[in-house]
Amino acid sequence: MLTGLALADLGFLVLAGLGLAAIRLGARATAIVCLGSTILCAANAAMALAALWTPAAEQLRLPIGFALGWTVLALDPLSAYFLLVVNLVGAIVSLYAVAHEHGEAQPARRLVPFQLFLFGLNLVPLAADAFSFLVAWEFMSLASWALILARPDDPAARRAAQIYLVMAVAGALALLVAFGLMAGGLDRYDFAALRAQRAGSLVVFVLVLFGAGSKAGLVPLHAWLPLAHPAAPSHVSALMSGAMTKIALYAVIRLVFDLNGQPAWWWGGILLVLGAGTALVGVLFALIERDMKTALAWSTIENIGIIAGALGLSLAFAGSGLAALAGLALTAALVHALNHALFKSLSFMGAGAVLHATGSRDLEQLGGLGRVMPQTGWVFLVAALALAALPPLNGFAGEWLLFQALIGGIALPSPMLKFILPVVAGAFALTAALAAAAACRLYGIAFLGRPRSPAAAAAHEVAPAMRLAMAVAAGLCLLFGLFPAAVAGLAGPAVVQMLGPPAAPVVALPFASLVAGNTAYVATALALAGLALAAIVLMAAGRLSPMPARRAPAWDCGFPDIRPATQYTAASLTQPLRRVFGRTAFVARESVAMPEPGDMAPARHTLAVADRLWQGIYLRIDQGIELVATQAARLQQLTIRGHLMLMFAALVILLAAVVVSR
Amino acid sequence: MTVIAQVVHLVLIVALAPAITGLVRWVKARALGRAGPAPWQPYRDLRRLMLKTPIVAETSGPLYTAVPYLQLAAIWLAAAMVPAFTYDLPLAQAGDLIVLAGILGLSRFLLALAGLDAGTAFGGIGSSRELMIGALAEPAMLLVVFTVAVLVHTTSLPAISAHFIAQPVGLRVSLGMALVAIVIVAVAENGRIPIDNPATHLELTMVHEAMVLDYSGRHLAAIELASMLKLVVWLSLIQALFVPFGMAGAALTALALPIFVAKLAAGAVALALFEVGIAKMRVFRYPEFLGGAVVLGMLATIYLYVSHGF
Repeated sequence: MLTGLALADLGFLVLAGLGLAAIRLGARATAIVCLGSTILCAANAAMALAALWTPAAEQLRLPIGFALGWTVLALDPLSAYFLLVVNLVGAIVSLYAVAHEHGEAQPARRLVPFQLFLFGLNLVPLAADAFSFLVAWEFMSLASWALILARPDDPAARRAAQIYLVMAVAGALALLVAFGLMAGGLDRYDFAALRAQRAGSLVVFVLVLFGAGSKAGLVPLHAWLPLAHPAAPSHVSALMSGAMTKIALYAVIRLVFDLNGQPAWWWGGILLVLGAGTALVGVLFALIERDMKTALAWSTIENIGIIAGALGLSLAFAGSGLAALAGLALTAALVHALNHALFKSLSFMGAGAVLHATGSRDLEQLGGLGRVMPQTGWVFLVAALALAALPPLNGFAGEWLLFQALIGGIALPSPMLKFILPVVAGAFALTAALAAAAACRLYGIAFLGRPRSPAAAAAHEVAPAMRLAMAVAAGLCLLFGLFPAAVAGLAGPAVVQMLGPPAAPVVALPFASLVAGNTAYVATALALAGLALAAIVLMAAGRLSPMPARRAPAWDCGFPDIRPATQYTAASLTQPLRRVFGRTAFVARESVAMPEPGDMAPARHTLAVADRLWQGIYLRIDQGIELVATQAARLQQLTIRGHLMLMFAALVILLAAVVVSR
Repeated sequence: MTVIAQVVHLVLIVALAPAITGLVRWVKARALGRAGPAPWQPYRDLRRLMLKTPIVAETSGPLYTAVPYLQLAAIWLAAAMVPAFTYDLPLAQAGDLIVLAGILGLSRFLLALAGLDAGTAFGGIGSSRELMIGALAEPAMLLVVFTVAVLVHTTSLPAISAHFIAQPVGLRVSLGMALVAIVIVAVAENGRIPIDNPATHLELTMVHEAMVLDYSGRHLAAIELASMLKLVVWLSLIQALFVPFGMAGAALTALALPIFVAKLAAGAVALALFEVGIAKMRVFRYPEFLGGAVVLGMLATIYLYVSHGF
């Protein structure tokens, strides 16, 4: 199985090469390359599924290597699970790209890095030594960086790419140091050797949180994500939000749960609080953002927060010796990772379809799309329900497990964690409710109501391949929502591998319900009951009130206005919530400019929103670097004598440091 | 046996829901010194709506006509999950308090979308406010769930009711706080005074009524019935969590059904008297009111920790 996966991974490199050749051959060859990666990803997903079916650890030592001569690849349940996540998204998104790439200018800028991106995404979970892991990680970062720059003439994309590159390099550096510290004095960097060390170092934990957390979008390391993810072409945004953030979480799980050793309980507390904060910040910005894809990127941050919170809870349980609860929390994290990957790529593909059809992703220019592109409308409704974490969609299953784990937290021995728990539970509940509002806004403003621009009124349905890809993703969202226990079952081997046999997730047949303690969530039974009740309601309505409905202009309390500007807008729909949270969460400034009486100028409402964290942290760091750089520039003005003195002083200080440290 | 109980329960709550709302209106009118319509007036209203031709806005899509029925089905399902005269109901075993919150959230989500579908100003204003109220009420509800779960170690509603019947915990400060919190949430979720006025005629102060302003005929009947059922859901939820006494288990008792109906009626009378005694609130004071519920929910949990010891 591992050999097959490794060979398939090399296939992406071949496809990248073919992509270079295909560009000369035109659109049809481009489509064939995209189809090729669809097939490769589907094959990989099938192999990962098979590896989860019969869990076994496989290892492959290749005599080619980056630094120490050997490349070690390994396949275990954890990597198989994440390979499944990556390749499910990859296959769907590649299918979407078949049509999405059609007629785009400069296909080379997307086609080749896209295959390299898939190569990197597939290699990270397989890598079983520090060098190949980091190289694969960088492959992933740089390929996605190139994809953000697919339209180099767009200044926003250039800025996003620059900030992304800085964050990616800083993150990789942190991971590099973390691996170095884990290896200690050893000269071996394969994971088996690192696992034998297992020192449980706090510094490594913090470095991993920085390195992988910045890739996942953990607040306050999130600033690049809402810039970079939407700047890429939509199918790449889907892959970045759906798959790459999951690979970052894979790195957290692999390094913290597997390689670093027994955690102290309070590390979990840190991650739990960080996760809750991330979820809240993400959802609040998703609520006010008017760019559809940027709002989706903020929602990714929210969901990463939920998964990180579950991981933190799992660490806290594991550190307190509560294996079963740790398993429940880790299951919640893994289940939500797969589900989020699916529904987020679906929503990005939907936003891409909207962009394709109307040329705009600004919510204030959309409206009424459900009538002109009905199929996209229905799949986006599925995505919105999943984004809103509502039953019976798959977004709900992970949250249910997380709340069960939070309630299980009563058993934690630490009083501090116990006091944090209700606050965190409240934060996650608020997040879920706000996510529903944000999803309602995305779907309601873009697909319902009346068109707010001529482009939205003249929109058309997108190409069949794009619709097919979205329909597959929507179908999977429904399937995993109705059978949440199937996903929990897939996550089972990985949970057992990380935490030991007592942590196995409880899945009860016959209805394949999720079970936590003596509480169950039987999505199938509830959905069937709901459908039966809906049928009864419909039949009763038809029997008791048979006359057909009449179509007429909207009444609107006697004041109908044909101008679409009188509808609620994306900004006004969440204005009450923006007012409630505006002062604390973000710097929202609203001003209304009313012209003098008699003046015919229109009144203007302006809204400026700033991210407190960007101003408070990133700009400060930027200023600090600027300050240090100006001061350091003085050194360039020194005389030869001065330079020599400087070197001498540095040598003396270093020697003194060596003496003292002995 | 349990399936029969479930079917009886499903029919009973739908049949009772208009009477409960009618009772609230009647008591309110009496307390204000008016004669008021009879408690069974809502049945007549529903019948009248069913007989009228529904008018659908030209600018709306297929979702618009589907939502009233879907929303009614969702709330009916939610109602079926709450223990009533017995806690031994199959659907109550299939989900828990969190799933219940999710299903109620689903119905709110659908209705808010419907408010936006016709593209009218009033639909939008209703949806916008409903989303705010929902977002603030849900955390409070989840915190109440949390408090109860600390005591009972489960979120399964039948298990909670059974636990409180088998071993009454007596008066507890924390449960009192949780009760106040859930009453606030129930008032907000049902659009009652001081959050929303179900009998208002001033459009700008409407929330729920503004959202469904363009509905008519059988669609409006479905929505009205859904909001009546929602009141029953919350009244049954409060009785199942805080006063489950008299509720039957696997073996049905003769008194269980009358006791349940009496509890619903008592809840309705209490709600009417509460509404008479309080004034409607400005929209931007809602966060304070619902924030109070959130803080009470949190305090309740922490009190429990303190009284249980660590």
